[in-house]
Amino acid sequence: MSLDVAAIRRDFPIFAAQPPPFHYLDSAATAQICRPAAEALLRFETEARANVKRGVYRLADAATRAFEEARARVARLLGGVDPREVVFTSGTTLGLNLAAHTLAPRLGPGRRVLVSVLEHHSNLVPWQLVCARTGAELVPIPATGDGRLDQAALEARLDRRTAVVAVTHASNVTGAVTDVARVAAATRAVGAVLVVDGAQRIPHGPVDVRALGCDLYAFSGHKMFGATGAGVLWGRGELLAELPPFLGGGEMIARVTFAASRFADPPHRFEAGTPPIGPVLALGAAAAWMTALDWEAVQAHERALTRRLLDGLAALPEVRVLGPADPEARIGVVAFTLEPHHPHDVCQLLDVRGVCTRGGHHCAQPLMAHFGVEASVRASLALYNDETDVDALLEGLAFVRSQLG
Amino acid sequence: MSADLYHEAILAEARRSEGAGRLDRPDAVVERDNPLCGDRIRIEARIEEGRVRVLRHTTRGCLLTRAAASLLAREAPGRTPAELGRLADDLARWLAGGGAPPAPSLALFAPVRTVASRHDCVLLPFRAAAGLATPGDDGVPPRAR
Repeated sequence: MSLDVAAIRRDFPIFAAQPPPFHYLDSAATAQICRPAAEALLRFETEARANVKRGVYRLADAATRAFEEARARVARLLGGVDPREVVFTSGTTLGLNLAAHTLAPRLGPGRRVLVSVLEHHSNLVPWQLVCARTGAELVPIPATGDGRLDQAALEARLDRRTAVVAVTHASNVTGAVTDVARVAAATRAVGAVLVVDGAQRIPHGPVDVRALGCDLYAFSGHKMFGATGAGVLWGRGELLAELPPFLGGGEMIARVTFAASRFADPPHRFEAGTPPIGPVLALGAAAAWMTALDWEAVQAHERALTRRLLDGLAALPEVRVLGPADPEARIGVVAFTLEPHHPHDVCQLLDVRGVCTRGGHHCAQPLMAHFGVEASVRASLALYNDETDVDALLEGLAFVRSQLG
Repeated sequence: MSADLYHEAILAEARRSEGAGRLDRPDAVVERDNPLCGDRIRIEARIEEGRVRVLRHTTRGCLLTRAAASLLAREAPGRTPAELGRLADDLARWLAGGGAPPAPSLALFAPVRTVASRHDCVLLPFRAAAGLATPGDDGVPPRAR
């Protein structure tokens, strides 16, 4: 069954609101919000707003129930995990910092953290900080020439000194999808913890985190058709139970005295303070919307678009694609250079044609260095894109060349 | 419209790239990055009696940054590093919408004023030059001044 893209687009208010031409190819930075998520956010903030977890009046009780229902909806998107394994955060960056901070007691001199060079800075810098603090060694895992995780190199570096392995599920530059199950098996064999940045992968379909075998999995609501301001750190229940608190404050305690505090069980142990309730409800609505989709059809549609984009770029001699050529090995996040032009100049002129792309180092400077470039143009596809978006980009690149020579 | 940014005067200035290159034994050196895109400029200056006599730059950047670096090389001689700092501040203020261009040559950046995301591209060379007053703040040790 092929995907009814027009029906999908009707679920996104932006496409009716923006005047044509509007070709949104920056979903890797932030995806558009789907109608159920937008409505959940607005309804809570205007008609049903109350704080969660404490109030006993009906409005507060309803807010708490809606909040926990959002947790259950996310749990279903993650393969039907226990909702108590779903920790709400402000986004992927906070989730990964939470992971680094709470795993810090396992680090120290003689211990190692393996981080791939594919990582977004948010899955590198927190580990740099925690290694500097604890004396652990940060060890890079190299990438292949076409921008995939070098699995053999990872396995060669794994030994009993390894405390943590941190990898992305899908690169925000090359689009390459990591074989997390294989990484997880190797990581488990040396007794290390596997932390996965799922921010780019989750908008492209439900993820069965238990089947992947990872320990912690972070992602953001705004990249999976929810609102900005809320994200998730999923953690294997046994691990979460062992981890110390991250931030201190209300909501995360069992009992507080001046002498000491006892902390709540997961997930609330990691959710200090008033959470971003509206964005969490939007995230839950987006998760439910996603769960109801025919993902076989969505992924076939995305693969076809990715192939069209890669084929179109391959026909341009000035273009160099940074990532795997095979659409089966990647998601539709496609970074490229257009020689001799600077990515910002390219993106600025694409905007004239209504094509929204991203230029820069994409918060992945070590990966840019791996490719020997400082920056690139990135077009990123989502399920609401169609052939006209891809063709507008390709035609736009011809326009750029005509303007800049 | 964004295409207006790339009018002929800006393209010509970027291509001209006045002052591109290095100095033999510069008196002051600064390097500065645009953290958003990784663009980088290295500025070397010969300074006499507290004023820039010659400025050379090595610029890796977009057309706007390269045009700005070229104009900086023309505007800098005769100014003190502190005066270049004020020029950078005035340029930032004008781009944000206030007053007149701080130097007639900089008026060619008028179309950039409506595109806030590109102000830093224009400002990078001028902010770097302001650092000549305190070279070394970007990790590049000053030569004898």
